[in-house]
Amino acid sequence: MALEAIRAHKLRGFFTVLGTVVGVTFLIAVITLIEGMDHYVEKQFKGTVYGFNTVTLRRRPSVVTDADEGMWRTWARRPRLTFDDAGYLEGRMETPGTVALSTVTIGKVGGPRGKAVENVWITGATASYFQIRDMQMEDGRAYSRNEADRGLPVVVIGRDVASTLFEGRNPIGQEIRMNGFPYRVIGVLEKQGKLFGMSLDNVAIAPIRSELDGYVNGGRKGVVQEITFKVPDSKLIGAAKAEIESWMRIRHHLRPDQADDFELETADDSLGFWDKIRNVLLLALPLLVGISLVVGAVVIMNIMLVSVTERTREIGIRKSMGARRSDVLLQFLFESSTLSGLGAVLGIGLGVGLAYLITALSPMPAHVATWSVVLAVALGVGVGVVSGVYPAWRAARLDPIVALRAE
Amino acid sequence: MSSGAGGAALIDVRGLEKHYQMGAETVRALRGVDLVIHRNEYVAIMGPSGSGKSTFMNLIGCLDSPTAGEYILNGNHVAGMDDDELARVRNQEIGFVFQTFNLLPRSTALENVELPLVYGGVGGKDRKRRALEALQAVELGDRVDHRPNELSGGQRQRVAIARALVTRPSIILADEPTGNLDSRTSEEIMNLFERLHREGQTIIMVTHEPDIAAHADRVVTLRDGKIESDQPQPRPRRVVEAPVLAGA
Repeated sequence: MALEAIRAHKLRGFFTVLGTVVGVTFLIAVITLIEGMDHYVEKQFKGTVYGFNTVTLRRRPSVVTDADEGMWRTWARRPRLTFDDAGYLEGRMETPGTVALSTVTIGKVGGPRGKAVENVWITGATASYFQIRDMQMEDGRAYSRNEADRGLPVVVIGRDVASTLFEGRNPIGQEIRMNGFPYRVIGVLEKQGKLFGMSLDNVAIAPIRSELDGYVNGGRKGVVQEITFKVPDSKLIGAAKAEIESWMRIRHHLRPDQADDFELETADDSLGFWDKIRNVLLLALPLLVGISLVVGAVVIMNIMLVSVTERTREIGIRKSMGARRSDVLLQFLFESSTLSGLGAVLGIGLGVGLAYLITALSPMPAHVATWSVVLAVALGVGVGVVSGVYPAWRAARLDPIVALRAE
Repeated sequence: MSSGAGGAALIDVRGLEKHYQMGAETVRALRGVDLVIHRNEYVAIMGPSGSGKSTFMNLIGCLDSPTAGEYILNGNHVAGMDDDELARVRNQEIGFVFQTFNLLPRSTALENVELPLVYGGVGGKDRKRRALEALQAVELGDRVDHRPNELSGGQRQRVAIARALVTRPSIILADEPTGNLDSRTSEEIMNLFERLHREGQTIIMVTHEPDIAAHADRVVTLRDGKIESDQPQPRPRRVVEAPVLAGA
């Protein structure tokens, strides 16, 4: 019976539930995107960029969002991190863990037959780097601690570099050139994938103590960009961070009133940016959705009141046939909640569509969360019930004699 | 005085009164009506406007409650009932037939006839079967899926009559059932009522037309809120047939 009434006035019905549709669309789209980001961050981002359970010591922050001239000048005055700093820490750290050094620069890598690849992330790193980043080899092997300490000219390349320079031939044992120096390929990295659309396979990793020393740091030898400390358990991250901070403050002879002249980052810290966005979204979202739904409820209530007036005679007929007040009440309540529920379903479809559209056009990932769909349907039906109560009550209270006389 | 089938009274009205408040004034639409109607009677209720006949019909039909007096319908003491109880009585005991048909415009004939059964709690298959039987009884078995706007006036009234019959009520209560029909169709409908009466139905028909009232066994006339006269009409009785004109 309710569906018949809705089918009769399709266009009016659509406009009636527009509020619900809009509110639910927003709800679903935003939550789908947030959940997508959360999943991505947990599973991909953290591990890929920072490695799990790591604390990274740097001279300057890795992600800069709002820095002014003053901050840049302060950073420029900071002392550089050196190989010796790493040795200092390794000798003194009580929190268990592994230390790795790395410096990255962007440059050109030359291969056989005059081929070259641009924009390669040329990385000078210690042997422990592969372990800290959980990097596996697809072919060959990583270099050992001995080879790294002696600065041998060996290199591990990423898949993109391998396929561009060697085109399907086995690169192991072949020679490539970085900054003019020859390096022997001993391993190819397993496919790393993309991060926000950027390929992580366009890399070349060689011992930091090789000829890369100085090249990757703009001419300065013995200097390192990142000292990374990996702890065996996430519970130890806080302790490790605190300990590194105190050792480095001692090493840099800082007085208690002076701020740190280095940065310590964990995966969780540097995601503060995402956290900020996320919090704003989660705050704004209920507001937006709430407003749409309230507007929607008011619209539904008014349209239902009009409907009750139009159908006064019909209500009189039903009552004369034996409909009780509760029969009429339930009939109209069911109509308004079905209408609103259908609006929510439409909103879910639109919301998911919108989220996937955004995913296709930008690096933002999407993940439809079941709980949000359930919430959307519940909200839709709820709005229908709440807004339909008054009109349904009015309908139920009609005097059958008076109603039968209507138009 | 009542005539007719005898036995226990189906309708027993005593001292029925209905007053309305119109602003500061009290309008006494019914001022004490006593009436007894037995099963299988065919009663016409007449009276000029303002006589209280519509009010009386509403009370008989349990659409309203009296201000004073008693009304016992098939053993039910209706006068003191609340809304829900009245609804149940309407559903089980009364079959309404209105002047303006009052069918649900968006429903088919079958769905319209099913309506009282829906409120009476009769389930799907049973409901459909009974509705079909009722429609067949009024000779509309071939139009069950039509909507009211696809039916003629006479057919619509037949659907309404089928709807009135479907719950096997104690009384058929008809309010000017031929008021919106032409004379030929009116006759068909009145013949249908006669057939239903012969088959055992109790019919109460409210009308202001003597021609229509002439079909009944008994005519009760109201004036100024009271019964003015209550006369049997001798049976058998045939209404003077309208001459069938060629091409009419």
